[in-house]
Amino acid sequence: MEGPDRLYDRTPGVEDQEPTANFLSYTTGFGLAVLLTIASFIVSQTDLLWPPGIPAGLVVLAFAQIGVHLVFFLHIGTGPDNTNNIVALAFGLFIVLLVIGGSCLIIANLNANMMPMPMNIPR
Amino acid sequence: MTATTLEKVRPELVRGRGGGGPASTRTVVAYGFWIFILSDITMFSALFAAYAVLSDRTAGGPTASEVINLRHVFIETMCLLASSYTCGLGALSAERRQPDRYLVYSVLTFVLGAAFLLIEIADFADMARMGAGPSRSAFLSAFWALVGMHGAHVTSGLLWLVYMVAQVLAKGLLPHVLRRQLCFSLFWHALDIIWVGVLTVVYLMGAR
Repeated sequence: MEGPDRLYDRTPGVEDQEPTANFLSYTTGFGLAVLLTIASFIVSQTDLLWPPGIPAGLVVLAFAQIGVHLVFFLHIGTGPDNTNNIVALAFGLFIVLLVIGGSCLIIANLNANMMPMPMNIPR
Repeated sequence: MTATTLEKVRPELVRGRGGGGPASTRTVVAYGFWIFILSDITMFSALFAAYAVLSDRTAGGPTASEVINLRHVFIETMCLLASSYTCGLGALSAERRQPDRYLVYSVLTFVLGAAFLLIEIADFADMARMGAGPSRSAFLSAFWALVGMHGAHVTSGLLWLVYMVAQVLAKGLLPHVLRRQLCFSLFWHALDIIWVGVLTVVYLMGAR
């Protein structure tokens, strides 16, 4: 594929057609990823955040980290040839949230509605 | 505005949205591999769901905070992040047809990935020795399944990297070799995304 077609083929991981992907963008991504990782460790090991809010803080940092990876390493951007990739990603995210959220919801509900049982039932 | 005028004025709006003819092999290959990665992540979501549900079912055995060595996990995370960085730089060198740099970055990627794996295996061996094997409790079954599956992916990624380097050495940076290299770098970066989930859900939340 030579000629003007090359200009518009932008997919995750495609570097040479994409002026934004270069040594600097990978280095920026790496720097941000390291900072976010250190922030996650600090948040989890200190009482910097209000303690009951720490899991929520960790989830926010994890989503930021995943965003950094998607944009700087996988090159999921706003380019026109990325539309299909983003739609697939949105669908994948939907399934993931459905599986994890649904499992937690159902099991928590079952636990809450379980009849109280003596712990020493002979088997 | 008709499609033809639109293509003249703003060609980027037509490409990739059904206009402008078929996409290049490269675009199609990357899209197909992206679908595979998303299905792999969906498979991981089932393991994450199992872990979330079973993480407090320790059956009187060791809990998460007792089996986790956060210092090791921090080193593992940094190894994996750095290997993702060198993998990206390797992909960049391959695109720019610089085989020497590609080889250097690939060796770095392999060494960092192998360091991650060795630390993980050493931690697993420690856990098995202290009686925290996968059959001890439902929590440990879910832990070993989730973390072990990520480790298995890293192992296959390392084998794939060796195979990629052999192809580049034997064939050079031909278009089809570059497409395989593109798929490898997508796979390696996706492993990092899954590790972010493992780190947050298993290690950082568990070690509190």
